[in-house]
Amino acid sequence: MARVVLDRVTKKFGEVAAVNDVSLTVFDREFLVLVGPSGCGKSTILRLVAGLEDVSSGEIRVGDGLVNDVAPKDRDIAMVFQNYALYPHMSVFDNLAFSLKLRRVPKQQIRQRVQQTAATLGLEGLLERKPKQLSGGQRQRVALGRAIVREPQVFLMDEPLSNLDAQLRVQTRAELIKLHRRLEATVIYVTHDQVEAMTMGSRIAVMRDGVLQQMDTPTGLYDRPANMFVAGFIGSPSMNFLSGRLERHNGSLQVTAGDLVLDLPPERAAGADSANTQEVVVGVRPEDVQPAASLVPNGHRPINASVDVVEHMGNEKFVYLSLANASLVARIDVSCPASAGENLPVVVDAGKIHLFHPATEEAIF
Amino acid sequence: MAAIELRRAAAVPVAPRLERRLGRLPLHLVIVVICALWLLPSVGLLVSSFRPPQLVATTGWWTAFHPPFEFTLQNYRQVLSTYNMGTSFVNSLLIAVPATVIPLLIAAYAAYAFAWMRFPGRQGLFLVVVGLLVVPLQTTFIPVLHLFVQLGLAGTFLGIWLAHTGYGLPLAIYLLRNFIGELPKDMFESALIDGAGHWTMFFRLVLPTSVAALASLAIFQFLWVWNDLLVALIYLGGQPSVAPVTVTISNLTNSLGQGWQLLTAAAFISMALPLAVFFGLQRYFASGLLAGSVKG
Repeated sequence: MARVVLDRVTKKFGEVAAVNDVSLTVFDREFLVLVGPSGCGKSTILRLVAGLEDVSSGEIRVGDGLVNDVAPKDRDIAMVFQNYALYPHMSVFDNLAFSLKLRRVPKQQIRQRVQQTAATLGLEGLLERKPKQLSGGQRQRVALGRAIVREPQVFLMDEPLSNLDAQLRVQTRAELIKLHRRLEATVIYVTHDQVEAMTMGSRIAVMRDGVLQQMDTPTGLYDRPANMFVAGFIGSPSMNFLSGRLERHNGSLQVTAGDLVLDLPPERAAGADSANTQEVVVGVRPEDVQPAASLVPNGHRPINASVDVVEHMGNEKFVYLSLANASLVARIDVSCPASAGENLPVVVDAGKIHLFHPATEEAIF
Repeated sequence: MAAIELRRAAAVPVAPRLERRLGRLPLHLVIVVICALWLLPSVGLLVSSFRPPQLVATTGWWTAFHPPFEFTLQNYRQVLSTYNMGTSFVNSLLIAVPATVIPLLIAAYAAYAFAWMRFPGRQGLFLVVVGLLVVPLQTTFIPVLHLFVQLGLAGTFLGIWLAHTGYGLPLAIYLLRNFIGELPKDMFESALIDGAGHWTMFFRLVLPTSVAALASLAIFQFLWVWNDLLVALIYLGGQPSVAPVTVTISNLTNSLGQGWQLLTAAAFISMALPLAVFFGLQRYFASGLLAGSVKG
């Protein structure tokens, strides 16, 4: 197993930089998820690591070696494609054995490794079948098996679950996590689904327009987003953004956004002071907006909101609220009464809000 | 598939099924009539070729179905032994098989290169190949024959193989490039990572997945070469030792203008093989060989 290092990697297609000066390190045996909206360059990074594209500038290292000019087959990586990319005319056995045959692995050993892989993935009974005789989930497992059988240093996975239906996707997600633990492999996994990213990644790298926005653990990203893009992308429903002002009031720092007036706790006020701006964007996670009745006031001033829409999720509710000149989403307990058209006084937990610079969109804290 | 169709049919109640059958009856009748009209000359030819000369000369072929049933293999025996049809048949095979295999192989290589290899001038070169499609082959006869005479290729099998290869390549490359270009890109990239080079990809992935396209092209090219008279006459001349069936039959029509029974037998000999080829390969038209490679 090995670590993967990207050092100032740029990839241009014509004038467009699909990947722009990205540096990141994937540690040995880590499960790194690259996430971002479509066209953000995450798949391009994967293809650069695989060697399917050449870098325009920068260095890529797999293990200890520079691989910029190494052919894909010699990089000791395996890739799982979104569309499976099975060889349609070969049986499952031959699909799994193909790479080993090309590497002139002895026949006996091929048989053994294919059977071992098939057993790992529950494909034993399907070895003689052709891909077209398999279900989507089975094809997916064959694609995975084709990667595993090689015992590569690094696995690259390009949205491998996106073609599965929702139920199967959740199930396969769990299987992949288990598999990663068992194989102790380095995995780079690309997805546009932030839920997949949050549940699977040891660390997550968030991409936008070819630029790496932030790389951290799932909790790190959620609790300390580096900018508004990351804050809005991670978490569902998304973080609420309100434009507000910082004001000093009776010695303490207050942030005002329409009706919402929050006293910043002293430990956060220092950070806000250093930002050197009065205009800010206030970020509030939906779970930090709660009905006034359910939260000990503790200095929070309730604000009046009217309920627009209530979405019942079973164990919780998403409530879409209108304030005087803004709107908020709140994630509240299912037992809290709230119905469309009613007024609902809410409080916002000032200790958990995020502030962003309105021009740079960078986090102040 | 057939089983599913059957089950579905069985599930439909009898009355609507009957209704549907009756509703389609006019359509089926029209199709049967068209097929019959289309087949009639060939059937007449086949029947005549098995009738004795005096009957062919005096009665129509449809009377063969009245008693007394008089059929004979004599026409075939005669045509094959005395009129050079046997040799010609072998010649036709010697011409048509290489003249099908050679262009197809070259076209498949070229199509793969045009579709999946990156090299400078790829688009321009492909445009030139496509442009060759519009060149009428008649314009090439004099310069090519001139060249063949200088090279000693006129009147040889090698010469006509090369000629047919040249005439067949543009269309074959064009069609195959489109087909091979449509193969899923992921499959090639996956193979690249698995360790396959161009050689392996061509023989292990492209050829097996392109069987349908190759087979249909093979049928076209084979039929075209087998039925060709003009190119054979130009480059092989009229020597009986190398003449294919088309040349021999056209000679027979001159010398045996009244011997219908022999001409029909000869004609049917020339038709038998293309028919066999067509029915032998037609299953490749229908088979969906790509199913299951990628999601879709």
